[in-house]
Amino acid sequence: MYVAVKGGEQAILAAHKRLAEKRRGTLDEKPLTIKQIRQQLPYAVDRVMIEGSLYDPQLAALSIKQAAGDLIEAIFLLRAFRTTLERFCDSQPLDTGKMRIERRISAAFKDVPGGQVLGPTFDYTHRLLDFSLLDEEEGADNDNDSGDFEPEKINSEILKTEKEDDVEDFTHVLKNMSAEGLVENHVSEQQQPSSDITQQPMQFPVDRSTRLQALARGDEGFLLALGYSTQRGYGRTHPFAGEIRIGQVDLVIEPEELGFQIDIGEITLSECEMINQFKGTKKIKPMFTRGYGLAFGHSERKAMSMALIDRALRGKEFNEDFGSPAQDEEFVLSHVDSVESVGFVSHLKLPHYVDFQSELELIRKIRKEQDESTEANVESAA
Amino acid sequence: MNEYNFGYLDEHTKRIIRRSLLKAVSIPGYQVPFPGREMPMPYGWGTGGIQVTASVIGHNDCLKVIDQGADDTTNAVSIRNFFKRVCGIKTTEKTSEASIIQTRHRIPETALRAGQILVYQVPIPEPLRFIEPRETETRTMHAMQEYGVMHLKLYEDIAQFGHISTAYAYPVRVNGRYIMDPSPIPKFDNPKMHQMPALQLFGAGREKRIYAVPPYTDVVSLDFEDHPFEIQQWDESCALCGSEVSFLDEMITDNEGSRLYLCSDSEYCATRTEIMQEGAA
Repeated sequence: MYVAVKGGEQAILAAHKRLAEKRRGTLDEKPLTIKQIRQQLPYAVDRVMIEGSLYDPQLAALSIKQAAGDLIEAIFLLRAFRTTLERFCDSQPLDTGKMRIERRISAAFKDVPGGQVLGPTFDYTHRLLDFSLLDEEEGADNDNDSGDFEPEKINSEILKTEKEDDVEDFTHVLKNMSAEGLVENHVSEQQQPSSDITQQPMQFPVDRSTRLQALARGDEGFLLALGYSTQRGYGRTHPFAGEIRIGQVDLVIEPEELGFQIDIGEITLSECEMINQFKGTKKIKPMFTRGYGLAFGHSERKAMSMALIDRALRGKEFNEDFGSPAQDEEFVLSHVDSVESVGFVSHLKLPHYVDFQSELELIRKIRKEQDESTEANVESAA
Repeated sequence: MNEYNFGYLDEHTKRIIRRSLLKAVSIPGYQVPFPGREMPMPYGWGTGGIQVTASVIGHNDCLKVIDQGADDTTNAVSIRNFFKRVCGIKTTEKTSEASIIQTRHRIPETALRAGQILVYQVPIPEPLRFIEPRETETRTMHAMQEYGVMHLKLYEDIAQFGHISTAYAYPVRVNGRYIMDPSPIPKFDNPKMHQMPALQLFGAGREKRIYAVPPYTDVVSLDFEDHPFEIQQWDESCALCGSEVSFLDEMITDNEGSRLYLCSDSEYCATRTEIMQEGAA
């Protein structure tokens, strides 16, 4: 007699064991430490923090270790932890104008007050494999004699401006232009703090602040591809990288019961302001408009992509032609979250016996009826 | 597992979800938006159902979890173990013993009674989604009861195939008002929803929607006078328990294509088999 397949429980246990072995690799090697991940894979840690929506390098590194380097899985782990955390306070708005700059560039102006600061960047490196890293000695200094990593020489002002006293020098590039009316004022009409998308479900249409929240935790690859599509004519926005800045910003809270502000620490942020063309209308003079991107850590690609999409999604405000994917709020925001997309794609691996059986039964029935009617036709013709 | 609260979710979140559930029960078939949480399982793997279960479960509850009708399917095992771990509650495979039954794609063959809660995992809560992809549009369509397009779709099926070609997730009208997606259960199960004594709750985690059918509510599958709704039927009966009235899964038993039919509801089948064996002994 046939016995239906059983043993899901044992199979799962065995699979977990295999995964644990796969993650650990050969026992000849020492286990990877969290410190090593934080120190030597900082970009991975930053990506997991921003898409995991939790500024915690230690737990982001733990997620990367536990996910065996699968960053999307690590993001998922961190999110599933974050969601259980108590929200005790809203922070004060971050003042990125007072950022302690590690990197700051503008592609719109040759020189800007405070100067162009390259900082750590892959830009201008030659993407040649550095075979010396194959067998890196412990304690070797990281001087790269190819001459690619010498930001100080490119901008001698850095050393000077890194001092606390000179922080004000790094005024946002667009601030001066908006004073002149050439760029829209970046203080939006929306003064109220927007609803938190992790506390209130998104209900379309949504305001810009809600959109930015969703984009900030969105999948970098998806944003990059959509941002790219706007450059290729699908919802064109004529962007310039007005300013990109990376550095540390103070996080300030003002607990209701205290009534004064407390500086609770600093976080590293990447901020991008795109400047985009706007032809104007009969009532409004032509001017430049903005797209905004902000991400935790050194996440420049993410911040730039986000700024492109933010601007594309504002098309309706400027009566722009509509119809490209990047301009479509429901399309973009419904599919931007990697935890949501991965979950639903991967659920196809779950059994669908019942649904498949239902379709099988239906198709057989229709085919049988068609055969019968064909036979009947042949007979009546004969 | 002390790092997490009873039922994984914090009490504040549970309260928010229970409020959404109350609204859902008050407006049968209406999709209530709720602030869905990330869960430690992937979206699409039952996070909506899990959040609903986590919000209504208490220390005295007894939980049954099925997937494709069976308690032993991998994902059902995984969800059951999750609740064992974060609630430490009793679980069961017996439909009649359970106070809460979480399900994916089936309604148990054994009739449910008053006091039980059936929690459905829902992938796409919007029955109009594949006709109109935009939320802003479908919301208006529900508000105005603009359901003509749904009947048109079913009519086009009949014109083309001679049948309504929806075999699962077959749309229903609840309490004479909202058109609702019954989740991807086979249409075989649709009649069980009508006037069910148990409370039916539906959770869609990724889409962040909750809806409900209160006990003893009308649930009518859409059809036409000349093409009445009909359910799947098999010429075969279950190879184990001999049932002629349950939903049957088809098994391919060898490379020659031999086939065997078994009840998809494993607990129903096992109970019948036991009774038969006792009778024989």
